[in-house]
Amino acid sequence: MQSSKRILSVVIALALSFVALAGRSTVNAQDTKLSGKLEIMSWWVGDEAPALKALTDLFAKQYPDIKLTNSGVAGGSGIAAQAVLKTRMLGGTPPDTFQVHAGQELIGSWVAADRMEPLDDLFKGEGWDKKFPQGLIDLLSSKGHIWSVPVNIHRANVLWYIPANLKKWGVDVPKTWDEFFKTADALKAKGVTAIAIGPSWTQVHLFETVLLSTLGPDDYVGLWQGKVKFTDDRVKAAFTTYGKILDYANKDMDSLGDWVPAAQLLVDGKAAFQVMGDWEAGWFKAVKKMEPTTGFGWSAAPGTDGSFDMLSDSFGLPKGAPDRDNTIAWLKLLGSVAGQDAFNPLKGSIPARIDADVTNTKLYNAYSQSAAVEWAKDKIVPSLWHGAAAPDSFKNDFVTVLQVFAAQRDADAAVAASQGLADLSGIGK
Amino acid sequence: MVRMTKDRWTAVAMITPSIILLGIFVYGFIAQTAWTSLTNWGTPGGAASLAEHPVIDFVGLKNYQDLFTGFNPRFRLDLVNEVFFTALFLAACLGLGLLMAILLDQKVRGESLFRTVFLFPMALSFVVTGTIWRWLFAPNGGLNVLPSSIVNAFSPNSPISPLPFEWFTSKSKLLTMHWHDVLTIVGVAILLFMFAVASTYWFKRRNLTVIFVVVLSSLAGVFIIGGNNIPSFVANEVHGLNVAIISIVIAATWQMSGYTMAIYLAGLRGIPDELREAARVDGATEFQVYRYVILPLLQPITLSAAIILGHISLKIFDLVYVMAGDGNLQVDVPGVNMYLTAFRANNFALGSAIAMIMLLLVAVIIVPYLYTSLRGEKHA
Repeated sequence: MQSSKRILSVVIALALSFVALAGRSTVNAQDTKLSGKLEIMSWWVGDEAPALKALTDLFAKQYPDIKLTNSGVAGGSGIAAQAVLKTRMLGGTPPDTFQVHAGQELIGSWVAADRMEPLDDLFKGEGWDKKFPQGLIDLLSSKGHIWSVPVNIHRANVLWYIPANLKKWGVDVPKTWDEFFKTADALKAKGVTAIAIGPSWTQVHLFETVLLSTLGPDDYVGLWQGKVKFTDDRVKAAFTTYGKILDYANKDMDSLGDWVPAAQLLVDGKAAFQVMGDWEAGWFKAVKKMEPTTGFGWSAAPGTDGSFDMLSDSFGLPKGAPDRDNTIAWLKLLGSVAGQDAFNPLKGSIPARIDADVTNTKLYNAYSQSAAVEWAKDKIVPSLWHGAAAPDSFKNDFVTVLQVFAAQRDADAAVAASQGLADLSGIGK
Repeated sequence: MVRMTKDRWTAVAMITPSIILLGIFVYGFIAQTAWTSLTNWGTPGGAASLAEHPVIDFVGLKNYQDLFTGFNPRFRLDLVNEVFFTALFLAACLGLGLLMAILLDQKVRGESLFRTVFLFPMALSFVVTGTIWRWLFAPNGGLNVLPSSIVNAFSPNSPISPLPFEWFTSKSKLLTMHWHDVLTIVGVAILLFMFAVASTYWFKRRNLTVIFVVVLSSLAGVFIIGGNNIPSFVANEVHGLNVAIISIVIAATWQMSGYTMAIYLAGLRGIPDELREAARVDGATEFQVYRYVILPLLQPITLSAAIILGHISLKIFDLVYVMAGDGNLQVDVPGVNMYLTAFRANNFALGSAIAMIMLLLVAVIIVPYLYTSLRGEKHA
């Protein structure tokens, strides 16, 4: 009985590996023949470009006959790129593939509009359904299909600082917002800005981590499912705390062009902390040539230790992509271990695949290693601004709520307006 | 029936292509936008707005109602900003333009050089202007540190601190009022305008069309009665003149006042010297010559300049977008909001409604001007 089972399993294993080999060989046979064009669209240009370049270089090596063009549109978190993308999709000239945040930005906008091809076959064929964490696949799925290939995992709730500067000013890294305010008073006495904030989208980004700290991960997720209301006292507390944070921040935040000038304030020793996603690690490393832990330091945003405010960049296959086969070749590269290990070390993110070489210290620096550890053990929650938690309409309107709050500091009005907008956007329906 | 000569046929043939193109690409799309603004294309919770063949239903004036009385105050803040921006921008441009034109008209040496220098900013695009002034008005750089860095370079022993101006990042408001006050003021203003027109007609003993009175008084009624019957959270919204908008006004004035100067200068050159001479012979001082002779003759010029500047300022997008980004509500204008509503939030219907209101605002300025100038041509 036992031996027959073993024989059976050997036979199955052989059969499977044969299928896999056959599949691989046919894929390779196709690959060498691929030629023509491939147009990808992303907002990784300028300071965020080196990581994408590593990928496109790898692609060019594998498919020398395909001419790849990147129709990049600058602007952190894809503010401008997404608008250009929408006009192209509506105009009937989609790019071959485009960068999109996993979650509502993909599902709510593009899948709901029936503009994407499901990628179930690709995931099955490449065995990816076992290679990505289930929580992430759930985020990429809707109507029982998978819709995009995740390249990376970013964490949004990270507090950045320069250890040498903190030592000079004699302050420690705050664990909660209350500690932060004490630290901030000490910094203020020394004439240092406690926290660097950038333009409106980075303000929403900061606010969502404050919200996470007052609600805790479970109720933060519940907020986006409609189980917790914005009129909850803890949401109001988040607004009050956020207002206090603004008092300790750089006054010129609305004049900064993006998150980078705010990060520069840290490097210049003008500000102590910044809450930003971990693409900042990539910027410190690739642009500023600073080393993790010695050059720049990090911790969870105050009050959010144990939570991983997650966003993931992914690429999909739009219906009517002019070079469909080339797109699939590109998606295969993105999902492969080689692709993920080429891209993520430079981007400052961690690979979405569970079998990527993340413990390899030659590839991944100390920050990525620590992020990978957090990713494995923390509670995963979706990011609001980066398209995972709420539909585009809510995200857009919420900028108004925060800006009005910043000017008037009326927390009651802010929670009432937030709940009204959440109802309009159908959050929790 | 006009007999069609060969000349007429040629004229018709020459004009037809542009009429067709204008019909499709201007008036056709205005009509499409108007239609879209009456639908639910992209309303959150409705059908997917980005689908190839989206399901679109007619919802009447719901989008307009949302803009004026909905949860999101952004459009209302924009409208108030826009009114103040237009008023300040017009005043600054016309005042400065007239002043420069009068100075240049004094037969100064190197006049053509100054004329070019003043006119030059107009050759730039608003994007360039916005980028430059964004740097100049950065609270931690630009104009704020200019005096202190010069002084500190020459006398390092007694440093002075940079100027404290917040420029376009300021969050203070002047003339604060609630939204229902704003609506009441607009209603009263329409009524006053109506009475003013009616009384001039009455003095000239001409008949006023009944439609005019009915339309304007009911419009005023909508504003006044509506303003006092909206949900309290909307009625009590705080509005006012945002100090931050003044920075945008300065940048826009820098760009457009030279153009206003050119228009005024042309107007001044069109006034015959005999008129000035005659006034001087009658014993007028130089000030009186300007006050009683030149300025009244420049009135039509002022009107055209105001209309050109007014429609620029009502449609403004690029300058604000580049200078202050897309999320600074202190300086936000309807154009930026329209772009974000349509292309970030995918709410095409609401975006179209904002576009239609912008069109109406411009029409309020342009249509009476076209009406009077066309009627003037007919009489002449």
